[in-house]
Amino acid sequence: MHVAIIGNGIAGITAARFIRKLSDHDITVISAETDHFFSRTALMYIYMGHMRYEDTKPYEDWFWPKNRIELKRAWIERVDVEGKTLYSSQGEAIPYDKLIIACGSAPNRFGWPGQDLRRVQGLYSYQDLQGMEAASGELERAVIVGGGLIGVEMAEMFHTRHIPVTFLVRESSYWDMVLPPEESQMVNRHIREHGIDLRLRTELDEILDDGTGSAGGVRTKAGEEIDCGFVGLTAGVHPAIDFLKDTSIEMQKGILVDDYLQTNVPDVYAAGDCAQLRNPKPGRRPIEAVWYTGRMAGETVAYNACGHPTAYDPGIWFNSAKFFDIEYQVYGDVQARAPEHHASLYWEHPEGRRSIRLVFDRNAGHILGFNLMGVRYRQEVCEQWIREKTPLREVIQNLGLANFDPEFYDEYEPEVVALYNTQTGDNLQLRQKRGLRAALKFLNHKQLN
Amino acid sequence: MSVKRNPLTLLQWIGLGIFLTALLLFTLVLGLDDYRLHPDSLAVSNTYHKEALLEAARDQGMLNRTYASSFAFAPAFQRAFRQAQADLQNRFDQQGAPEGVGEWEYKLGDWMEQEYLLHTVKHSSRGPVRSNPLLFWLLTIGLGILGGLLYILPKFRGLPGIKNNHIYHSHMTRGMKLSVRSAFLAAALFGIIGYGIFYLGGNYFWPGVSLLIALLITGLVLYKPKTSPGDESRSASPHATAWIGLITGLYLIGFYVLLYWTPQHLTGWMILSDPLSHTLSGKEASQWFVYGTLYTVAVLVMGVRMIAKYRHNRYQIIRTISVMFFQLAFAFLIPEILVRLNQPYFDFKNIWPLNYTFFFDWNLNNLIGSGATGLFMLVWGIALIVLAVPLLTYFYGKRWYCSWVCGCGGLAETLGDPYRQLSDKSLRAWQYERWIIHGVLVFAVIMTMGVLYSYLPAGELWFNQRNFLMLVMLMLAGAMGYTYYRWKRGAVDISRLGIRVGIGVTVLLIGISAYHLFSGSEKFFFLNSNETRQWYGFLIGSAFAGVIGTGFYPIMGNRVWCRFGCPLAAYLGLVQRFKSRFRITTNGGQCISCGNCSTYCEMGIDVRWYAQRGQDVVRSSCVGCGICAAVCPRGVLRLENSSLDMDERTKHLRALHIPESKTALPN
Repeated sequence: MHVAIIGNGIAGITAARFIRKLSDHDITVISAETDHFFSRTALMYIYMGHMRYEDTKPYEDWFWPKNRIELKRAWIERVDVEGKTLYSSQGEAIPYDKLIIACGSAPNRFGWPGQDLRRVQGLYSYQDLQGMEAASGELERAVIVGGGLIGVEMAEMFHTRHIPVTFLVRESSYWDMVLPPEESQMVNRHIREHGIDLRLRTELDEILDDGTGSAGGVRTKAGEEIDCGFVGLTAGVHPAIDFLKDTSIEMQKGILVDDYLQTNVPDVYAAGDCAQLRNPKPGRRPIEAVWYTGRMAGETVAYNACGHPTAYDPGIWFNSAKFFDIEYQVYGDVQARAPEHHASLYWEHPEGRRSIRLVFDRNAGHILGFNLMGVRYRQEVCEQWIREKTPLREVIQNLGLANFDPEFYDEYEPEVVALYNTQTGDNLQLRQKRGLRAALKFLNHKQLN
Repeated sequence: MSVKRNPLTLLQWIGLGIFLTALLLFTLVLGLDDYRLHPDSLAVSNTYHKEALLEAARDQGMLNRTYASSFAFAPAFQRAFRQAQADLQNRFDQQGAPEGVGEWEYKLGDWMEQEYLLHTVKHSSRGPVRSNPLLFWLLTIGLGILGGLLYILPKFRGLPGIKNNHIYHSHMTRGMKLSVRSAFLAAALFGIIGYGIFYLGGNYFWPGVSLLIALLITGLVLYKPKTSPGDESRSASPHATAWIGLITGLYLIGFYVLLYWTPQHLTGWMILSDPLSHTLSGKEASQWFVYGTLYTVAVLVMGVRMIAKYRHNRYQIIRTISVMFFQLAFAFLIPEILVRLNQPYFDFKNIWPLNYTFFFDWNLNNLIGSGATGLFMLVWGIALIVLAVPLLTYFYGKRWYCSWVCGCGGLAETLGDPYRQLSDKSLRAWQYERWIIHGVLVFAVIMTMGVLYSYLPAGELWFNQRNFLMLVMLMLAGAMGYTYYRWKRGAVDISRLGIRVGIGVTVLLIGISAYHLFSGSEKFFFLNSNETRQWYGFLIGSAFAGVIGTGFYPIMGNRVWCRFGCPLAAYLGLVQRFKSRFRITTNGGQCISCGNCSTYCEMGIDVRWYAQRGQDVVRSSCVGCGICAAVCPRGVLRLENSSLDMDERTKHLRALHIPESKTALPN
């Protein structure tokens, strides 16, 4: 049995690793991007000089032959699902028995005039990084369009090279479709604190040609023109599935897959950014272009491709990011515009770079989620509380169990408890401080029952 | 690639200029004075020796002749020494020593050469440095500190956070290609072993054995099918060579070679250090005092830099203050003050087997002969080995020593911090590491046993050779037996090969001890204990710990010695690996495999390998510096202690997604 995997990102590679664990199948991972798997999330660190490309490879190069995972550098142009054959741009035919498509996504371009000029690009692939590097030499200003996670990464990257950045965000506050208002404003402040020219409520109208076919500036919808030699498009991504257009694989925005990550075509699966779930779990989007879900889907698709039917279950939502110096973690259901039954307890450090938000059900009183800025919490503890619908009062009193900050760091849980007491007139006491022993006891005890 | 880097402020340019000027002058100091031998500058108190040396010097026209450099003066003195030695030998052969004078009070022994040479060179030096030592101290070390601080202090401005920008763009810190690095390592290895033959006076036994062991280990590592010599090592910079780093490394290597083996060329530095040494201990400065001063200054100044860099991280701040304190107080000031108080020179935090001279006869005699203080030091030193190491490591991991207290660790964490990313993270490097560091531990144990065995009386005292051997056999058997018992029960995760090697070494040592117990042979392990310890001091104590350990900072990272060579680190590591509450936990599934943790692990641990599969990091080499947790952009790693699951620390592989129980894995 030969399993071909298109894409050597986190979804494709996780699938390959688990297929090897589960079976003796021949495995071929095909990518046009790089010879080896690297961590896409670390691209920014290469540019900033924290790491080299070699350092972003999670496995040494001998790992692949040792585990009999064949890596092929090729661009798949055409898929013949009836004949079970892939055709590369070099004209090579690659037969397969099962196919896993994990080809990822591409930066969105919303039809802006000038979006195809040189030095207009997103940051997704290794080639995008090379593009940024090539453009950086004499660059006097960069404009970044789109207020998401990649946008702030790009701003930080240019910032380390002392290249001035103008950051256009359509919304009234950074990433405010995801972050609750206080956290969103904290990030606004922090971006500006680093000297980034953050323009809120500003939309791109047109990218201007410098006369040589390269970006020379942008014009906003308000009519302002900003000179720049580079335009970063970071308004989200979409599945990069054009090469499948002529196949019988059903697609909408992404490749449609069932609960077992199978497409409508037998023996063809899809996982990661490019897959669109037909039946997403309640509260979840059909396409989640996130590292973690890519990894989970890769693992799940391996089971299914190896004949162990396993439904995809991404579990309790979690994510993380870093906005310049502020780390961000989220567990559970934290919404930017809280539905009526959501209430939250929000504590913020006076310095304005740390916060803890506990979201709970206003009516039933149990915990729904955690949103952390500049404070680290234990995923397992938070998940356990959320999964068991633990009452807020109990969470508050044991909040130290979740703290994952390094030793000697200030613990802010007493302040959270005090805030709760002030807001409710209650008189709760913090019963647990930070520490592994108590956390393990909590986790083990619950697991035993 | 041209990269716009952090522009230096004016203050930093001035600081850098001052530092480089001070460094240049400091180097030139060694050539500023000239040398002239006269009867007063011949630093020999023994009158027979002094007369013979003077006669020989006069004979050779050396007296009252001015030499421009120590490189001309020292060989001339050595020629005079050899002539005086021959003259005295002739006279001794003809008439014997005068009445009541011992043979070696009369004759010149080979071992006296180095001491006479060093002191005579120092006292024969004349010139600006000799005339103004304090001024030169201020112009070199003093200005160096000032320049360094001016360069560092502006780093306190700006927002706190991880400051690793442009490390791989800098010619100082980006590292070398694997081929360049390997060439340097090979040159150093052969250079050291070649020099070792000369150092031992033409003895080929130990240099040969060392070379054989090096080849054996290389064979063992490369034989493993996983890696081959052609594999790119992940940490070696593939297309860059940090030429400023290379120059820095060469300077450091040169410094250590002169310091350990030809200190007669460093007398300029000793002279300018004399005022400080007189103030502290009341004695004149030796090369070790110079080294101690530079070491302490480096730890303090670069400690300030470390605090500036990690000012958002209280663990790093406290830890850095700790290593600065232990270096300044325990390693530098207290021993000097003890000397002033007529007590033995003693570093209260230096533990055998890192402090490999602790059980040497001269040290034991010195401690035993120094009354209650000396006895306390002896008991303290032994208590550190048998109580502090196991107990503190049990509770906190080896970090209590390696990254909080130890001097080598202190230098690595401060002066060496800019190079931490250069440690090799490949599996191959780990395989080398395990063979070499445990090999050094075994070497240290055998060497020390031999030294102690020949030091102890055969009978008389209760603590004699027999009882010593019995004690050693019991301890070895107990430790190995306990490990085997826990291994059998599946409580510790050791490979079959690991257990076999452990049992093999234990049986070998017990066997040798038993042989001596019954035969009463003088030569422990069939070795001459003097030669063994001389070679250990040369190869491990000087070449490995100093020349390679620090000289290779810009080539192989800042923990080369701690990772590959330190026998104490090996001992602490065994405890940490098999019986300690310490581990680095990983935060569920939050890892994004970015690699910052692995890149900045100075011990070359591939932290990401563990983090991305949801496994706690329990590695004997981890010194608990906490940088992996600091540089992690997603809050995945935490250094922790707990007794709750300590025996299952590594076995527990948290399911990142689909639990193992749901799967039917082939094995």
